[in-house]
Amino acid sequence: MNKTVNQKAWFFVIPVFVLVAFNAIIPLMTVVNYAFQETFGNNVFMWEGTRWFKQIMLSERFHASLGRQFLFTFIILFIQIPLGIAIALTMPKEGIGVPICLVLMSMPLLIPWNVVGAMWNIFALPDIGFLGHSLNALGFDYNFTQQIGDAWFTTILMDVWHWTSLVVLLSYAGLRSIQPAYYQAAEIDGASRWAIFTKIELPKMKKVLTIAILLRFMDSFMIYTEPFVLTGGGPGNATAFLSIDLVKMALGQFDLGPAAAMSLIYFFIVLLVCWVFYTLMMRNEEKS
Amino acid sequence: MSLELKNVEKKIGLDTHIYSTNLKLEKNTINILLGSTLAGKTTLMQIMAGLDKPTSGEIWFNNENVTGMKVQKRNVSMVYQQFINYPNFTVFDNIASPLKITGVSSDETKQRVGKVAELLKLSGMLNKKPNELSGGQQQRTALARALVKDSDLILLDEPLANLDFKLREELREELPKLFENRDCIVVYATTEPSEALLLGGNTATLQEGKIIQYGKTLDTYNKPNSLISAQVFSDPPMNIAKIKKSGDQCSFLQNDIQWKTKLNIKDGEYKVGIRPHNITTYKEGNNTLEIKGKVLISEISGSESLIHFTNGNLNWVSLSNGVFQKNVGDEMNLYMNTDEFVYFDQNERLVSNG
Repeated sequence: MNKTVNQKAWFFVIPVFVLVAFNAIIPLMTVVNYAFQETFGNNVFMWEGTRWFKQIMLSERFHASLGRQFLFTFIILFIQIPLGIAIALTMPKEGIGVPICLVLMSMPLLIPWNVVGAMWNIFALPDIGFLGHSLNALGFDYNFTQQIGDAWFTTILMDVWHWTSLVVLLSYAGLRSIQPAYYQAAEIDGASRWAIFTKIELPKMKKVLTIAILLRFMDSFMIYTEPFVLTGGGPGNATAFLSIDLVKMALGQFDLGPAAAMSLIYFFIVLLVCWVFYTLMMRNEEKS
Repeated sequence: MSLELKNVEKKIGLDTHIYSTNLKLEKNTINILLGSTLAGKTTLMQIMAGLDKPTSGEIWFNNENVTGMKVQKRNVSMVYQQFINYPNFTVFDNIASPLKITGVSSDETKQRVGKVAELLKLSGMLNKKPNELSGGQQQRTALARALVKDSDLILLDEPLANLDFKLREELREELPKLFENRDCIVVYATTEPSEALLLGGNTATLQEGKIIQYGKTLDTYNKPNSLISAQVFSDPPMNIAKIKKSGDQCSFLQNDIQWKTKLNIKDGEYKVGIRPHNITTYKEGNNTLEIKGKVLISEISGSESLIHFTNGNLNWVSLSNGVFQKNVGDEMNLYMNTDEFVYFDQNERLVSNG
């Protein structure tokens, strides 16, 4: 077989290489560089091998923030996914209600993250905030700046408020793509509402829900701005999730080596969980 | 057993989707609803099934008023244009699903599913999921679900429309067999006249929410009660021309072609309808009439050739057996079989056949 050889094609590929190099590879390699060396400034580096990785993997501080991170992500997925589907199921399917609901649902998604944090901080302040003041007036001893449980409650509530809409919108799109004939067929069969949900709606929403869970997992696992503004990781380290802890280590203590090692471990955890989850969800799809 | 629609009417807002309709379907019959898209076939079927309520009028089944009765209580099954199956169920569970809900024993379920699966050539695929099947097999599964539960009424809403040509031909030939010896009423909606002719039974021609004509399929085809019914039941569309009759002589208004007729009707102006396959490039029948035509378009469809031609003001289509192509602008002679002419009066009601 005669293939035509034309090296000019490289000119089409090079810009992408350059772009990816600058926005991904070079920053990442800098981090890799730090992760294996010790630096004292003045561009003096000393080789440390895997020392920082060992240190991070064995450090209780990392275990604690990783644990907090998984707990937080698990809780918000557990609330947001079912709640999002439930809201999507109750949304109107036609008429003027559709655009109204869609706009209302999109609102929280359009607010900048630090504004969300600031809003909820003021909203939840025990003395002057509407939420904090009301709760105290109702007899609850609520103070998110001092009590660990309250801090978690507020952070989770804020995230649910901010992000459930995304699950709602994705689920709603999934539901709307189900042809009416499916519902009629189920009606003819005499299927219950629950059977329609489990046998038709859920399977038909599978792909869109996979995307929703992946997006919510990644976003919540990397959450930084909102809890940073709301609680600053406190009280103590109670809400210091991975990224908050990482920034403390890198910019607060200036431990660049361990921080770089931690970033890489963090990165691989996100990658691994996403890959495992996606593979499991899509395994049946690819068989066909 | 019979299904009867009495003055059934369906309005949504100000739009009338079905005009007052009376229709009686008898036991063990295939009834075809023939009409173009938006003629009201689906709406009518949904009303028959009880999936939709008529705005006014009544539906009677076996001399019982079932208007507004829920579809679950009606023992109905339906097949759609889209392939509707439970995505997570295997083919077996899909077919068995109507039986499970009615509480049929598992042995009987197995036996009945097996029988229907064999009839629809699905025996080897019972453990597969719908998305592992071809479109034709998915629709076979949906058909099997409809057939497995011995419904009183089986509704098929353009079941072959989404299949590709070969699969459609294949399944179309099997369909009449599937409904044989079944104690039920079958209603079949389609846009294709050829499908109605193949299935036989009775045909109702529909247009814009009205049933134009209902009767035995061949009668409806051969004796359309009106021009509209004839048009619905003719693909490609029927050729129409104004004619004048005096004595036993008929002639087109547009040109001087004349022919003799045995029609026993008053002298005057009429309209004649000629189906495309009654205008051919060769002589067919004993009473043929020659017409000159100028070719507009020439196209081949299967083993037949369509020639669109003009003659004066007439803009007609002819359909001949055989595969051939004519050049645009060619002058040629075509032959019309006057025995097959259909005559309509000025109000487009049928006068008589040939």
